[in-house]
Amino acid sequence: MSSQKFFDRLKVQLLFSGPTLFAFFTVVILPFLYGIYLTFTNWDGVSTSHSFVGMKNYLAVLDDAAFWTSLYKTMKYVLLTVILINVVGFFLAYMLTTEIRAKNLFRAGFFTPNLIGGIILGFLWQFIFSNVLVYIGEHFKIGIFSSSWLADPDKAFWTLVIVTTWQYSGYMMVIYIAGLMNIPKELLEAASIDGANAFVRLRKIILPLMVPSFIVCVFLSLQRGFMVYDLNIALTNGGPYKSTQLVSMYVYQKAFLSQKYGAGQAEAFVLFLIVAIVTLIQVYVSKKREVEA
Amino acid sequence: MNVSKTLTKFVRYIVLVIFFCLYILPFILVVLNSLKERTEIISNPLSMPKSFNLANYFSAMEKMNFAHSFMNSLIITVFSVALITIFSAMTAYVFVRVQNKLNKFLFFLMVASMIIPFQAIMIPLVQIYGSIGFLNSKWALIYMYIGFGASLAVFIYHGLIKSIPLELEEAAMIDGASRLQIFFQVVFPLLKPTTMTIVILNVLWIWNDFLLPSLVLIKPEERTLPLSTFYFFGTYSVDYGLLMAGLVVTIIPVIIVYLFTQRHIIQGVMNGSIK
Repeated sequence: MSSQKFFDRLKVQLLFSGPTLFAFFTVVILPFLYGIYLTFTNWDGVSTSHSFVGMKNYLAVLDDAAFWTSLYKTMKYVLLTVILINVVGFFLAYMLTTEIRAKNLFRAGFFTPNLIGGIILGFLWQFIFSNVLVYIGEHFKIGIFSSSWLADPDKAFWTLVIVTTWQYSGYMMVIYIAGLMNIPKELLEAASIDGANAFVRLRKIILPLMVPSFIVCVFLSLQRGFMVYDLNIALTNGGPYKSTQLVSMYVYQKAFLSQKYGAGQAEAFVLFLIVAIVTLIQVYVSKKREVEA
Repeated sequence: MNVSKTLTKFVRYIVLVIFFCLYILPFILVVLNSLKERTEIISNPLSMPKSFNLANYFSAMEKMNFAHSFMNSLIITVFSVALITIFSAMTAYVFVRVQNKLNKFLFFLMVASMIIPFQAIMIPLVQIYGSIGFLNSKWALIYMYIGFGASLAVFIYHGLIKSIPLELEEAAMIDGASRLQIFFQVVFPLLKPTTMTIVILNVLWIWNDFLLPSLVLIKPEERTLPLSTFYFFGTYSVDYGLLMAGLVVTIIPVIIVYLFTQRHIIQGVMNGSIK
């Protein structure tokens, strides 16, 4: 009887969670663990055998100046985009939760870039930066636009920041709108009656109550920032002169184009550690600041 | 008082309209230029097209193998999303209803795995599946999407299933329904709003994904829309009118779907963020 019951339970467990868990373990967990093993080998992607090289790949990571440059640029990119995406996203959400007509139209418009993939948006903006803006610059004698931003290392980096902000701020706006609509109206009215102006209400009531939304949005924009690849390859393709090669693209090229799989995977693993640490710190710090609503 | 209120409202409108233009104008510029010839674009990318010329569109669709890649994208998205939702809902259900140490651990593992960036997995993934000859097929890609998409979907469903009272299921159990029947007839219909959210989040991700398909689908005939757009741009890099037409044909289907489902999509994103 009891073994019958055990098999019944096992059947239910396997039937319900079997397919998901099988896919999850073979697609996420197994490659992740195998990836850690790969970092200790010198596999080149072609040969059938590879040998154990110990910590050599990790030591090579330390020596790989180009990797650290791209990581530094990625950090700078993440920092700037997280700030800009959330400032713009919150600002738009704040404006759209006031009394205003055609809210839905504005909201739908700001969200539109999120429906379209980074590859397509990247090519779209490549055309704008290298053709439209250059034309405007020459035609109306605006100095900063007169040569393509994509041809200048510093400006090319900023095109990535600008397009990313444009791309994701509408997404965060939607999340902020949901948060703002949850703030009790009575609270804001009571504050108004007590003489708090819009700025005081924003600082003393809205912002503290919005902390949960900020946690979610900062988390999402951090993750997307670190993992950016499509936009990078379509908009700047790492150029000019590899100056805008962010870490994801760098690792990709190292592994698949230079065929240094072990070394590439070691760098990918370093990236994983950094993302994990940054995200955990972010969640920990912001949870501490959360207030009871 | 009243004057200043009207004034703030007016300023607010102006600011929003300016932002709106910034968000929409790039798309309009692409449409404008897709109707022009190369020389027209180079001489002035802001001018209105001289004629309503659809030649670029036909040419771009043919060169991108548009119909074929569109179907590939559609098949991959539909199957992946359907399977992610059904399998994840079932998994979340068993995680909630059968609370033992193993299930708790598995749930924790899935949630924790969400922190792993795809780049940390892609190299071994290609190595493992390449060595068993499992690349270059839509079905392999769909299978991988289930693996990558399951964690978030299980996590979102888990939160909701916890709040479904057990009594509903017990009534069905007394009527002699099996676990599977109970799940599909009682529980799954109750999850509908959440299922909508999961479908929307996953469609946005899978339809637009580039890196994973670029690693898995190497054969040209298997390419999805983002992939064929990418190779198309690589091949015709200076034929701007043609390129812009290629962008327009990839964007338009999405915009048409968006026009009809706009509220649901935005609602879905809102719900997906509240954890």
